[in-house]
Amino acid sequence: MPKAVDLELASLTKRYGDTLAVDAIALKIRAGTYCCLLGPSGCGKTTTLRMIAGHESVSDGDIVIGSEVVNDQPPAARGTAMMFQSYALFPHLNVRDNVAFSLKMRGIAKSERHARAQHMLSLVAMQAYALRLPSQLSGGQQQRVALARALVTDPSILLLDEPLSALDPFLRIKVRAELKRFQRELGITFIHVTHSQEEAMALADLIVVMNNGTIEQAGTPREIFNEPRTEFVARFIGGHNVIPINGRTVTIRSDRVAVLPDGAEAKGRPARIAAIEYQGAAVLVSLTLDEGLPLAALVPERVFYQHAFEPGQTVRVRWQQGDLHDVSAAA
Amino acid sequence: MLRDAALSAEAIPGETARDRPRAGAMASRRAGALAPYWQAAPMALVFLLFFVLPLLVTLIVSFWNYTEYSIEPAFTLDNYREVFDGCLADLPGLCTTFKTYLSTLKFCLIVWASTLLIGFTVAYFLAFHVRTMTMQIVLFLLCTIPFWTSNVIRMISWIPLLGRNGLINQALVGTGLAGSPQEWLLYSDFSVVLAFVHLYTLFMVVPIFNSMMRIDRALVEAAYDSGASGWQTLWNVVIPLSKPGIAIGSIFVITIVMGDFVTIGVMGGQQIASIGKIINVQVNYLQFPIAAANAVVLLVLVLLIIWALTRMIDIRKEL
Repeated sequence: MPKAVDLELASLTKRYGDTLAVDAIALKIRAGTYCCLLGPSGCGKTTTLRMIAGHESVSDGDIVIGSEVVNDQPPAARGTAMMFQSYALFPHLNVRDNVAFSLKMRGIAKSERHARAQHMLSLVAMQAYALRLPSQLSGGQQQRVALARALVTDPSILLLDEPLSALDPFLRIKVRAELKRFQRELGITFIHVTHSQEEAMALADLIVVMNNGTIEQAGTPREIFNEPRTEFVARFIGGHNVIPINGRTVTIRSDRVAVLPDGAEAKGRPARIAAIEYQGAAVLVSLTLDEGLPLAALVPERVFYQHAFEPGQTVRVRWQQGDLHDVSAAA
Repeated sequence: MLRDAALSAEAIPGETARDRPRAGAMASRRAGALAPYWQAAPMALVFLLFFVLPLLVTLIVSFWNYTEYSIEPAFTLDNYREVFDGCLADLPGLCTTFKTYLSTLKFCLIVWASTLLIGFTVAYFLAFHVRTMTMQIVLFLLCTIPFWTSNVIRMISWIPLLGRNGLINQALVGTGLAGSPQEWLLYSDFSVVLAFVHLYTLFMVVPIFNSMMRIDRALVEAAYDSGASGWQTLWNVVIPLSKPGIAIGSIFVITIVMGDFVTIGVMGGQQIASIGKIINVQVNYLQFPIAAANAVVLLVLVLLIIWALTRMIDIRKEL
């Protein structure tokens, strides 16, 4: 059984010449956590992952796994394993030999490594494909083989570089659930790089939002969504309005914005409906406040159709004071 | 009408009957189907004229009769009998033909192994250790510079270096490392192999480099991630995936060395036998039929070697 260990990044830095890819980030990931590194392209999330994996040298700072600084250790000695974005299966080896590759490198006898590979393949329900070549598998199947290959050495931390990006949207959701199940059953740490906030929210125990080589916020999905620490986080995670009120920058979730018809005794701020987007369970109403500020409101379908709202119409918008969340301190 | 529909459905899958093309469009589409053949025709013609035809003529002439002063069309196996004259009777001793083949095969093997080792190393360096594309191109061009001058000149330029009073011998004697000039440096097996390796290593470098550039760098990382050492990665990932290039380079080198007579002649001081040399001499004496028979035997042998190589390695994906 793999042992679960804590991971700590201490002012971890990566420089390429004069450019800072990762700027002194500090992070603790407790054993058995599903952690998602989330951010736009070029934010440093992949570089961070590759440094943890041992595929990128550390310019400054430390990576601590368990109680050991592993900066200069090769991947195999760290107890990490990486699942590559394009899976990087060896095209000349069949599925079983791909999974058994790291066992072969350790000089484990053929019969034992075949048995262990076969066991891993049965975990990912791929034992029937053991003798196929990677080119004969579908994207989803290749992904399972890559997972089996990464897990065969019983790593304590599994690193996944955008593991779902090569799959079609339907399969992505299915595989996402499988990844979460594996992580729960194995009890080891998964660190998963993604630029999809939806993916991160669905999977993670800990979301780390990165931007420009720094960590904007690290927290549970609920913390990130309900209390975004910065304007960037609020905008990146989606579903939020960022508006200035009384000289401060505040965020308000778009599903907490109520849209009411404009009338004689109507309360709230006046706004004009710019566009209406039907989304099924809810309706996304794009509004323009009197100052010209854009505002989005996510109105439940039933509530929305109680009134005959039309684009161009003037309405009133309201929210409760408690739903406003101040981000001006960090910005 | 039904046939028309079937035809047009064949030409464009998914086309509906409603927009079935008219007769004119059909004709131009048939011409379109022929277009690839027209495009391939010039090259096919060149092949036919300069490759297939001469080969056929060689094959035909190998069955002709010849005397000291005449060549006459016939169908006789005498030339082939002459090629292997006394070879079965001499066993287990070796007849001249077998000895010559063995000597040529020996050169072939040594040169193949040397060019493979050097070529693979150079290609590996270019593909995996040179970081920038610009540098790769510069170094690659550097490798091709020797090809700006002719084979023979490049060969001959070794002579002042390796000769009895050449630079190397002068240095050896001058520094006292050797008492007298070393004779084995020139006009020897050594100088022949040296010239071959010098001339043909690039034929190994190019296809192997090409194969290596197609290797996804993530695979090397994946091997490292799996705990493979540098040598293990080389042996388990890089070499297997470079095999098509190795096979193509090997075919180049083996076919060139097996048929060579110039290099062995010049660098061997006209003292070392080779199949190419035998054929060359026979052609000079205008004994075309026996020369043709020798050529056919050599061709069959080389084809067998290539066949064996392609049995071991699938080169189709490289082409």
